[in-house]
Amino acid sequence: MRIERRLRQPRWLMLVVPAASFLFALVLAGIVLLATGHDPLSTYRQLFDAAFLQAGALGQTLTQATPLAFTGLAAAIAFRMRLFNVGGEGQLYIGTITAAAAGLLLGGSGGPSALVIGAMVIAGCAGGAAWALIPGLLRAFFKTNEIITSLMLNYVAGTLLTYLVFYSESYWRLTTGTNARVFPTSKPLPGSAIWPGLTIHAQGGILLPLGAGIAVLVALILWLLNSRTRFGFEVLVLGDSVRAGRYAGMRVRRKILAVMALSGAVAGLGGASQVGDFAHAIDGDPNGLQKQYYGYTGIVVAALARYNPLAVVVVAFLIGGLQQAGNTLEGADFPSGLVGVLQGIILFSALGGELLVRYRIRFGRRRAVPARGAVA
Amino acid sequence: MPEQIDAVVAMAAPTGAAVAMRGITKRFPGVVANDGIDFEAAPGEVHALLGENGAGKSTLSNILTGLYRPDEGEISLYGEAVRFDSPRDALDAGICMVHQHFRLVEPFSVAENVVLGDHRGEGRSFRLRRGAIEQRVDELSARYGLAVDARARIWQLSVGEQQRVEILKALYRDARILILDEPTAVLTPQEAEVLFGTLREMAAEGRTVIFISHKLHEVMSVADRVTVLRGGRSLGTVLAKESTTHTLAALMVGRELDDASSSGDGAARREPGEMVLELEHVWAAGDRADSAVKGISLSVRAGEIVAVAGVAGNGQRELAETISGVRARSEGAVRLCGRPLRGGDPREAIAAGIAYVPEDRLGTGVAPSLSIASNLVLKSYRARPASRGPLLSLGAIRARALELIARYSIAAPGPAAPARLLSGGNLQKVVLAREFSGLPRLLVAASPTRGLDVGAIETVHAYLRNAAAQGVGVLLISEDLDEILLLADRIVVMYEGAILGEFPSGEADVAELGLLMAGGERGHDAD
Repeated sequence: MRIERRLRQPRWLMLVVPAASFLFALVLAGIVLLATGHDPLSTYRQLFDAAFLQAGALGQTLTQATPLAFTGLAAAIAFRMRLFNVGGEGQLYIGTITAAAAGLLLGGSGGPSALVIGAMVIAGCAGGAAWALIPGLLRAFFKTNEIITSLMLNYVAGTLLTYLVFYSESYWRLTTGTNARVFPTSKPLPGSAIWPGLTIHAQGGILLPLGAGIAVLVALILWLLNSRTRFGFEVLVLGDSVRAGRYAGMRVRRKILAVMALSGAVAGLGGASQVGDFAHAIDGDPNGLQKQYYGYTGIVVAALARYNPLAVVVVAFLIGGLQQAGNTLEGADFPSGLVGVLQGIILFSALGGELLVRYRIRFGRRRAVPARGAVA
Repeated sequence: MPEQIDAVVAMAAPTGAAVAMRGITKRFPGVVANDGIDFEAAPGEVHALLGENGAGKSTLSNILTGLYRPDEGEISLYGEAVRFDSPRDALDAGICMVHQHFRLVEPFSVAENVVLGDHRGEGRSFRLRRGAIEQRVDELSARYGLAVDARARIWQLSVGEQQRVEILKALYRDARILILDEPTAVLTPQEAEVLFGTLREMAAEGRTVIFISHKLHEVMSVADRVTVLRGGRSLGTVLAKESTTHTLAALMVGRELDDASSSGDGAARREPGEMVLELEHVWAAGDRADSAVKGISLSVRAGEIVAVAGVAGNGQRELAETISGVRARSEGAVRLCGRPLRGGDPREAIAAGIAYVPEDRLGTGVAPSLSIASNLVLKSYRARPASRGPLLSLGAIRARALELIARYSIAAPGPAAPARLLSGGNLQKVVLAREFSGLPRLLVAASPTRGLDVGAIETVHAYLRNAAAQGVGVLLISEDLDEILLLADRIVVMYEGAILGEFPSGEADVAELGLLMAGGERGHDAD
């Protein structure tokens, strides 16, 4: 078996290869299911029902898809400039902390207040951006590898999140009430800091979280930024050739800082949506938010979407559905960990399938080439 | 003018041709790059492949090295039919190519690059025995006169040295057939002679050397036979000793060449205008820790072409980068039209009116994956009409691209095609079109014709002359003495970061310049 470069890359391959990769993944996972004594077809139907069809499924899927859209967008912006910010995870945590602080500080009782929500959005962005600027500054001024620094900072941010609720009497920790003295609890957001959702009367009521709307808006803005602005043009040039960008007079350092900050801000906004839309408090539990891996899955979402912001939203929705189905179905008669396996196989074959767009695989023996002749 | 070489002259190849390509046809969307080409090369000969831009030389050699598959036609090596499905098949068959754009891994050492991808010899062992490889590389470089340090990293080497690494790579693999694409562009006449010696020696050992070039006198002096390509067709093969430069040139271009460019009577003298560029004792660091530009003082007046002659790697690139702001200077002063420049900031230089045609076209001069249209506004996207405020005017950018593609007759599928698809000559046209459209005061051109063919070189020369005629100061950095003597009003020679001598162009001759370029002293019989 050998791999050869394709002479041409037909357009239909762009559609066929991802679709075929997906089917391949289903078949492969089906073999796993058969081997463990499950009926693949009914399992897949169950999954699909749980993700999109049954009562309340879509609303639940959105709670998974919304943070994935933010972290996916965050990764997509940075990766387009070949700036590998894999710190979306930590930037999202910091976003929850700063956004919660804004909500706690400004919020009062009563209904949602645009002012408070606006402040939370800004605080979340600022927190995520500041966190992302640490690897950004190191990269811009000391050429430190941002993959390593941004990754390591994820653990710092996670530990900080836990510390604020479990190991300190911080502003975010509930300190009044007898229960709270014994069991560490985070302070719940006041009513005016809870983000409103839009209820659609179908499937027994689907709650469209405000964050999902913001994510779509951000995706549109980023898409415009990429394709229609000087900023996007510079990012594209620098992503292709830093030397060409520098030669053309682009400020490389500034662009690194700006893109890292923007990427961090979007991830931090995801954190704000997390507290405002869903959790209504910061989640210091090391087995809570930190086990959702939104930041890491977001990288995969961005890769599958080929760093296109609009595609990120779609992919986030699909991957979110898969996650959601896994959460719902996991139990006695559903293989636990199946969704993880399935996800892994899908991602693996989708990314592996990319290779087939550019190369083709040939089976068979090597064609004979003449033996090396005598050279004096 | 002979349209087709006489069938009588087109010698039958000696029996047992090393390479025989028959009826090779290769089509790309909208172009037939090779149209039924027959090509034969014998063992033990240096065979030149001569042709203009787009004549099909690169396509033909890419087919022979397995990079492309032909749509029609067949290849046989030493009488046996072969089919290459990947470059690896060609490598296994003993075909190596030295490309115009070197295929080297910059952070790796010379020895590591040499062994890279070799899956038969030392490269096959799991453990990399650096000592043994380095020793072998040293042996080869001594034997073939290819001086290069086996332990040095590629990024530390000059372009000329990198070329030697490419040749060493082929020798290390004991290539039977070696293809060189425009190999002399980066060498002094003396160095080129050394290279020719190496090539002849390789041929004498029974190898086949295919030499792609458009420099006729080189072809005449090194090649045994010459195959001329034009417009994707082969015009036949002639014996070098039975043809003249003039007939080959006419055959290759398909028309008589301008006298100005073939006879080289020098640029018309112009009145030197006001001072455009002044350098005073400029020092700048190289990529390695030491200084690459060492106290250079230089001036260029409006309408004047000043040439910097020198062998690649003597600080010319760093000098060009310092002037254009890509590299910060450590000492000295640079003034443009009397105004001092801070330096170290390309945007300042661009705003001051310094156009820069960098030596590295694909990667610095253009962003390879970006569209031609984007590359044409690479420096002007910040202002109208390419953008309004923070927004790009995509319509204006496209219109501008269409206009420049037409005006500079850039052969391109369209403004949206990625720049890397263009041939060297057309790529350079993109760079020139962009640089001239900025209405510069000074044009710094670093090896602007490197790797281009006669037709494209003529075009580039015409643009440079034209710029000077319009009052632009031109600083031409070149390793090609013919080009320098043809264009320059004044010539300075650079060696190891310093200027060794300065001549008005009328008073310079090739031998003396060549001597200075090698570090010899003026007026002495060095060596």
